[in-house]
Amino acid sequence: MSVVGLAIVSGAPPVVLGAPLSDGGTSSLDNIPIYVNSIGWFLNNSWVIPILPAVSFLAILLLGKRLPFKGAELGIVAVASSLMFACGSVWQWINHHDSYTDIGNSYDAGVPALHRSIAWFQSGGHEYDVGILLDGLSVMMLFVVTFVSLLVHIYSTDYVAGDIRYTHFFAFLSLFTSAMLFFVISDNLLQMIVGWELVGMCSFTLIGHWWEDKSNSSAALKAFLTNRVGDVGLLIGVTILFFAADQTFNILTIAQKVNSGEISHTALLAASLCLTAAVMSKSGQFVLHTWLPDAMAGPTPVSALIHAATMVVAGIFMVARLYPVFWEGLSIEGSSINVLAVVGSVTLLCGGLLAFTQSDIKKVLAYSTISQLGYMVMALGVGAWTAAMFHLFTHAFFKACLFLGAGSVSHSVHSFDMKKDMGGLRKKMPHTYWTFLIATVALMGLPPLAGFWSKDEILAGTGGWGFLGGTGGNGAYTLMLLMGMLGAAVTAAYMTRVVYLTFFGDYRGHGEPHESSARIVVPLYILAVFAVGAGLFNMPKGFQLWPKGWQGRFEHYLEPVSAYFPSIKHASPSWSLAIASTLLVLAGAGIAWRYYFRKVASLAHASHTSHASHTSHAHTHTSHTELPDGITSRNTLAKSGHTLLVNKYYFDHLYTQVITCFVKGKLARAIYWINQHVLDGFVNQVGRKSVAAGQVVYERFDQKLIDRRVVDGSGRLSDTAGESLRGIQTGQLHQYAAILFAAATVLAAAFIIVLSLL
Amino acid sequence: MLINQFLILAAVLFCIGTYGVLARRNGILVLMSVEIILNSVNINLVAFGAFRDNVAGEVFALFVIAVAAAEVGVGLAIVLLIYRNRRSIDLTEADLLKG
Repeated sequence: MSVVGLAIVSGAPPVVLGAPLSDGGTSSLDNIPIYVNSIGWFLNNSWVIPILPAVSFLAILLLGKRLPFKGAELGIVAVASSLMFACGSVWQWINHHDSYTDIGNSYDAGVPALHRSIAWFQSGGHEYDVGILLDGLSVMMLFVVTFVSLLVHIYSTDYVAGDIRYTHFFAFLSLFTSAMLFFVISDNLLQMIVGWELVGMCSFTLIGHWWEDKSNSSAALKAFLTNRVGDVGLLIGVTILFFAADQTFNILTIAQKVNSGEISHTALLAASLCLTAAVMSKSGQFVLHTWLPDAMAGPTPVSALIHAATMVVAGIFMVARLYPVFWEGLSIEGSSINVLAVVGSVTLLCGGLLAFTQSDIKKVLAYSTISQLGYMVMALGVGAWTAAMFHLFTHAFFKACLFLGAGSVSHSVHSFDMKKDMGGLRKKMPHTYWTFLIATVALMGLPPLAGFWSKDEILAGTGGWGFLGGTGGNGAYTLMLLMGMLGAAVTAAYMTRVVYLTFFGDYRGHGEPHESSARIVVPLYILAVFAVGAGLFNMPKGFQLWPKGWQGRFEHYLEPVSAYFPSIKHASPSWSLAIASTLLVLAGAGIAWRYYFRKVASLAHASHTSHASHTSHAHTHTSHTELPDGITSRNTLAKSGHTLLVNKYYFDHLYTQVITCFVKGKLARAIYWINQHVLDGFVNQVGRKSVAAGQVVYERFDQKLIDRRVVDGSGRLSDTAGESLRGIQTGQLHQYAAILFAAATVLAAAFIIVLSLL
Repeated sequence: MLINQFLILAAVLFCIGTYGVLARRNGILVLMSVEIILNSVNINLVAFGAFRDNVAGEVFALFVIAVAAAEVGVGLAIVLLIYRNRRSIDLTEADLLKG
């Protein structure tokens, strides 16, 4: 509701906006502080937002099983309270922002963030703080995380009902939410690391929720260990920043120092490369994306939470939060290629292609998330900061809707396999079908749904190409524009495939599927509403069909204008680019539609009777619903491409077979041989020689010198000493006391003499 | 404020206590002498605390009082046990620690 307020409150005064951040006009920034200590009650006390779910985690663990709803009510109440606080924070942030633009400051005079901190611990003469840093970015994240988490909580009460670890599930859902909230309000890097690792740990426990199945616990381990690879980068990057910025973890201080040019470019480059590795593992970017599809082993609500609001967006948020570091380190401005943009664009395209060959509906969505995260990383890489955050915002709603919709379907057909157990659910599950379809169209990016506006902003942010608009960007990232456009077509095509396989054709599963209950359907509808409307918050500036005061509100309130943020240029959107990308999306969807809805449907229908008893194997491409004798079985090139995709570019092979097997097999055998022949021989020789040497030492040294002289001698010495000292052990208490007092007197005298001498 | 008077009082009490510990054979009297020593120290602490306008002195005196209470409890118990075993609390007779 507060996001609705975001548009309403801001609609009234058409404040000065869109004034580009002039290069030399930063002098007015000095008048306004970077941060203030107090803005309003909700913002000042927003530290309770992560505390509430954390408390509910402990409460559910301790009391959950004895409560009437087995602990679910505690989690829901805690997250709902957090959501209330988050809404209050959004409202107050907008008022605060308006007050700074109303009192006569021009827009680019800057709006201070809220920063409060207390000492956490002291070590080595340094004091480390824990605190909150709230600006448009973190306030937006607080809202998204609590909102999606609340819907997931409500959804889960039905989805995991009757589960053996129902209470445990809700406890960790609370902790997961709490960890992500703790992460997004961090004011320093150390706190961010804690939140980052907590999020990773919670995703581990939730992915492995059904750990009795070996594959589930392996998937959890895979997610955890792949993330550890990136965490090394995070730790190194943070350490570099800590020392480069004169030993501080404070984000505002670091950002200010970066912007004022106090930190060398080399240090920033090294730090941003290390942090990029962390983003690659956390946000599932190539080549560390392999854990994300496997993470689908967790319960579906968890997948929705991981993919929409927590975990994977942590990497994106980290880049957005430390944007000055990346901006300077990777020289994003005025360039045409950098590591973030390349990683993002490769991921968005390759991830999208991988989604084609999956038959598990959740895995398709997982690859779709990888691809969409690729868009965000690419947007950050090309300098379209707000576009990335806006895409994160809209993506959270429609991706959560898609995942929860997929969960609703699988709840009813008891499977995730689209080819074997789904199809024709359009009539049987109308609510799920419609919400899923809306979210799909939003994901494809067709106007006027949410995904269109955010995706188009990213494409425009690349700087455009020729007549394809997007002028005034931060560089000439033409390659990224092309890959992004292509990715949009791919997205449209694979989502059409999912919709066909799940909701059209004939039902291929067992039993009689039915629509899910209200606790599942209502969250779907709420998310679908946002999937439709979330794009309205950031209508492009200069968009002729929209009131001027309502354009670019998201950017207006979100993007920091302060000395802690680089001066980013904003590309102006263009009709030609929007039309071209929409046409590409329609083309992608159209080709897939022609293929699935016409060809496959007719073939499947024709062969329906003959294949009714045939059990198709999902991992081969001989299934009767897909590619009956498609291009992939006729054309060698297409076939090898298909095989490549089925095997996920052989990344899992590379990791498990090549690298792990090399370590386990060849390397281990080689080391064993070296061990047996080289090392053992050496060891044996050493052993024989040392036995001989030991004999000599034993006779000469040990027996004669040590035993006779040292050991026996010391015994005799103490014997004599004891004999002579026993005289003073009279057992008389008075004597002991007298010696004590005498000694104290002597010490006191010595003390006085030394003092007087000094 | 003259601090000398307090220091002299404390020194006198300390000497009396030391004499008592060293010269008395009665266990109870030795314990009482120890208490006198502790209280002379307390006087010093409080006096210095007041003199330097620092509350730490009083705080330490409170700690000493609390510890002394515990100590005298243990001490009286020991004296009681010695009396039970020997029907006497003459400390010169209790010399089992003789080496």
